Amino acid sequence: MKKMRMIQAINEALTEEMARDSRVILFGEDVKISLFGDTRGLADRFGENRVRNTPISETVMTGAAVGAAAAGYRVVCHMMFANFLYTGFDAIANQAAKLRYMTGGQIRLPIVYMAVMGAGRSAGAQHSDVPYPALMNLGGIKVVVPSTPADAKGLLKASIRDDNPVVFLQPARRGGEQGDVPDGDIIVPLGVADIKRAGGDVTVVAIGAMVRTTLRAADQLAKEGVEVEVIDPRTLFPMDTATILASVRKTGRLVVVDEARTTCSAASEIAATVAEQAFDCLEAPILRVTVRDVAMPYSPPLEKLVIPDEQSVVDAVRKTLSTGRRSGTQRVTQ
Amino acid sequence: MNAMSSPDPDPAVALEMFQRMLLIRRMEERLGEVVTTGELPGPVHLCIGQEAVSVGVCAHLDDADWIASTHRGHGHFLAKGGDPEKMIAEIFGRETGICGGKGGSMHVADFSRGILGANGIVGGGIGIAVGAALAAQLDGQGRVAVAFFGDGGANQGVIMEAINLAAIWKLPLLLVCENNGFSEFSPTSTVTAGEIAKRAEPFGVPGIVVDGNDVLAVWRVAGEAVRRARSGAGPAVIEARTYRWRGHVETEKSFLSGPYREDDEIRQWQARDPLAAMERWLVSAGAMDPSALDRIRATVAATVDSAYTRPLSDAYPAGESAFQHMFA
Ligand SMILES: Cc1ncc(C[n+]2csc(CCOP(=O)(O)OP(=O)(O)O)c2C)c(N)n1
Repeated sequence: MKKMRMIQAINEALTEEMARDSRVILFGEDVKISLFGDTRGLADRFGENRVRNTPISETVMTGAAVGAAAAGYRVVCHMMFANFLYTGFDAIANQAAKLRYMTGGQIRLPIVYMAVMGAGRSAGAQHSDVPYPALMNLGGIKVVVPSTPADAKGLLKASIRDDNPVVFLQPARRGGEQGDVPDGDIIVPLGVADIKRAGGDVTVVAIGAMVRTTLRAADQLAKEGVEVEVIDPRTLFPMDTATILASVRKTGRLVVVDEARTTCSAASEIAATVAEQAFDCLEAPILRVTVRDVAMPYSPPLEKLVIPDEQSVVDAVRKTLSTGRRSGTQRVTQ
Repeated sequence: MNAMSSPDPDPAVALEMFQRMLLIRRMEERLGEVVTTGELPGPVHLCIGQEAVSVGVCAHLDDADWIASTHRGHGHFLAKGGDPEKMIAEIFGRETGICGGKGGSMHVADFSRGILGANGIVGGGIGIAVGAALAAQLDGQGRVAVAFFGDGGANQGVIMEAINLAAIWKLPLLLVCENNGFSEFSPTSTVTAGEIAKRAEPFGVPGIVVDGNDVLAVWRVAGEAVRRARSGAGPAVIEARTYRWRGHVETEKSFLSGPYREDDEIRQWQARDPLAAMERWLVSAGAMDPSALDRIRATVAATVDSAYTRPLSDAYPAGESAFQHMFA
C-alpha cells in the first residue's frame, strides 16, 4: 500500500500498461510535457514512437484512434479537458461507438479516450463540463469515472485492457488528493460499483468529485444518527444497477449526487432505473442533487452556488427522510 | 497584394496605434502582476509581444465590423475598442464585468463593438467569423469579419473548411493567424507542417506572411486585405509572425516540470519589441515629439490604473444571475 495522488496513480497505470504490452500507444496535445502530470515521463521511457504530441486537431485525433485500434494497437488518446471531446465528437459518436456493431462484430476497438473533467476552478464554461451523460447515450462507449487514486489506477488499467472504446474521465478536483493505492497489478473491473460507505437508512449514489462531497455529508449525518450508504458506480456505462438496486431495496430511499446538469444527467438514468425496478421498495420520492440546467459560470460565488456541495447533499438526505410513506421525520429525531 | 505599394498611415492613425499597443502592453503587464497575488479566480493567457497584430488589423475596422478572438484575447478586445475596466471586472468575476462575471478571461465579448468573443475552444472562433462574414455580405454594407487564431489553431480542420467556403462565397473575411512560435508548450515546428499562409493557395485565396512585430507592416497588409474584402473580392489569409513573451498561461510554472524554451530565445525576441520599433518610427517620421510620447504614456497609465482599481470594489454577481441567460 502506498499513498499517492490520483494523477500519480494514473501515471503508474499508464506506465505499467505500456511496459506490459508493447502495442499500447498514447498520443495527445502536449502529452510529453504533460499539463496535468498524468503522462509525464512516458515519452522518455517508451520513446517518441509510442508516445506522441499531436497538433491541436481533435477531429483527426479521435478518428486516428479508431484507425490505429482497428489496425491492431491499443490506443490511449488524451483529450486534455473533457470539453474538447466535443471537438472530436464525430469520430467518437459515429465511428468508435458504432464501427464494430455496423460491421457485424468484425473488429475490436481497444481505445481509451482520457480527459480531465469538472468545475470548481473558475476555468469557465468551456473547460468545466462533465460530458458523461452524452457519452452514456452513445451505447457503444464505456464510460468510466474514478473517485479515488486506487480506483483511478485499477479502472484505467482495466480500460486499457478492454477491447472496446472507453472514455476515462478523471475529476479535475480529485487529481491532487492523496489516497491509498494497493501495490501490484491492481485491476478494478469495469461495470462494478463500489460501496464507499455502508449504511441502512438512505442510499446515496455519488459520481466522481461528488463522492468525496457525499462522504463528508454522510459523516455529518452520522452524528445525527442517520446512516447513509454511499455508492460510487465507477463505471457509468455499463452501470452496475444490481448494487444500486440491492441497496435501495434495503434502505427504501435514494438520493443521487451528480455534477452533470439535471436534464438527462447520469442521476436521471439511475433514478429511472430504480423507479422502474424497485418502485415497490421506495419509501419516498427519489431525489437528484445535480447542477441546474445552466452553463458553468466563471465568477467564484456563482460557480460555488451551482455545484452540489456537502450541505445540498445533507439537505436532500434529510428531505427524503422527512417525506414518504413511513414517518421519516420521527426516524431522524429518534 | 503588394504591401510595399501602400503608403504610411496618417500621423493621427499612427499615434492611435501606438497608444493602443501601449494600452494592451500595460494592461497585460498589470494582469501578470495580479496573477502572482492569487486574487484572480481563473487562468489568463497574456499577449505581450504580440500587440502589433491585433492593433495593426483592428485599425482598419470600426464597431460595425466583426472580430472573433481566442483564449489569448485581451489584446483583440482592447484593439477593437473594448472597455478596459469592464474587461478587468470580468476577469475578476464581478457583476460589472463585460459578461456579468459569467465568462471570465477566455470569454470576454462585446457584441455592441463587434467583438464576437474570446474563445476557450482553440479554433472555435473561426467558424463564427465565417458566419459573421456571411451576414456582412448579406447586409451589403461593406462590413468585414476577422478571425484571429494561433498557429496551433491553424491545425484545426475547420480552417480548411473556412477558407474553402469563404472563397466559394467570396466572403468578406480575414483569417489572421498569429504565429507566436508555440502551440501551448509545443514549438510550432514540431506540430505544424509547411507554411500556414500557404494553406490559402490551393483555394485561390491570397496568403500573406507579414512581420507580426511591425505594426506598420501589419497595418499595410491588413489594409489591403480589408479593402479587397469590402469590395467583394473575397477572403484573405494573413500569417503574422510574432512571439509570445510570457507563458502560455500565467500559472504554467506551477504545473510544468521544466522549461520548454530557452531564455535566450525570449531575449532575442524582446529585442524586437513591437512597441519600441513603433516608437522609433514615430520619432524618426516626425509624427511624435517626446512630449507627445509622455502624454500618451500618462493617459495609458491613468486608464490602466482606473481599470485595475474601480472593479475591485464592485460586487460579485448576485446568486440568481447564475440561473439567468440560458435562454432568451
Ligand atoms: C479544442 C481545444 N483543444 C485544446 C485546447 C487547449 N489549448 C488551449 S490554448 C492551446 C494552444 C493554442 O495555441 P495557438 O492556437 O497557437 O494559440 P496561442 O496559445 O499560441 O496564442 C491549447 C492546446 C483548447 N482550449 N481547445
